[in-house]
Amino acid sequence: MLEIATPETIMFWALAPLSVIAALGMLVVKKAVHSAILLAFVMVTLAIFFIAQGAVFLGVVQIVVYTGAVMMLFLFILMLVGVDSSDSLTETIKGLRWIAIAAALGFGGLMIALIARATLGRTAIGLEIANSDGNVEGIAMLLFSDYVLPFEVISALLITAALGAMVLAHHQRTNRRPSQREQAIARFRTGSLSDAAGLPGPGVYALHNAVDVPALLPDGTPAPTSISATLKARGDVIESAPFQLDVVDPTIKEEK
Amino acid sequence: MDPYNYLYLAALLFTIGAVGVVLRRNAIVVFMCIELMLNAGNLTLVTFSRMNGNLNGQVIAFFTMVVAACEVVVGLAIIVAIYRSRRSASIDDASLLKR
Repeated sequence: MLEIATPETIMFWALAPLSVIAALGMLVVKKAVHSAILLAFVMVTLAIFFIAQGAVFLGVVQIVVYTGAVMMLFLFILMLVGVDSSDSLTETIKGLRWIAIAAALGFGGLMIALIARATLGRTAIGLEIANSDGNVEGIAMLLFSDYVLPFEVISALLITAALGAMVLAHHQRTNRRPSQREQAIARFRTGSLSDAAGLPGPGVYALHNAVDVPALLPDGTPAPTSISATLKARGDVIESAPFQLDVVDPTIKEEK
Repeated sequence: MDPYNYLYLAALLFTIGAVGVVLRRNAIVVFMCIELMLNAGNLTLVTFSRMNGNLNGQVIAFFTMVVAACEVVVGLAIIVAIYRSRRSASIDDASLLKR
């Protein structure tokens, strides 16, 4: 049977493999930020699928709420937490990876077989009649008639979640914040006097002037305290050795 | 086009999300995989709505989105709270009950 390709068919077979590849990529990329970007891509393709299936309202909500708000929230939390959370792909339980893949193959095969069995010989009705007044109007009619109680309950859920997040993220000081005077006194009384005047700044070199290069001590070794611990944890520190005066080639090259 | 293909796609995405929850150790990535599973569920609901010719599936998908948003807000707040006390976002470090 020769089937004429509709635009939806072309769209589906173009985007569905891409979304599956992006979802698989989420599993294998190392950095959480890359996972977030791949997830945003999957969500946008899903929004396109929603709109193609007549769910215009949900497609827009998917983009606004998921790729807009939820993914932004994820990225904010990644900025807060993600500095040292470079995900180690080492497995803590021995053989977990293969067990998981085998279980996934079994589960996915079962699902696909079930869907194939359940949809055999059925034809979809389509949403032309249900959407005849417009998709948004149709959803509004349902939402404010049959589903008005769940709608109210879910608003209570949203408020509860907002309050819960505020309670969980609230941080109460258990001790008084030390004053500037007390901090200055403590700096001299404890620790070494070399840090009393504050930590050294990063290196300033003729060829490189940024916070990712440590300053040099008088004996030529890089000063470990001149670099932010965050940069160190992220591994974004450059060696300062190639910027030293006796290493850098001082001859002026003729500009052509 | 046969809308049942969307169901197969949703099943695939759901399975991939489940594998991610099991395999990844970073709490935020685990969370994103849960979001992927919820999204796959939404795609199934929207496809069911089209198959049956009424909008009930879409309304339920809408509710799912709201619940997922709540879940993200609370879950991320929990992750931040754990990170604050344990300085780690790895799900293997939050194992106080085991010891």
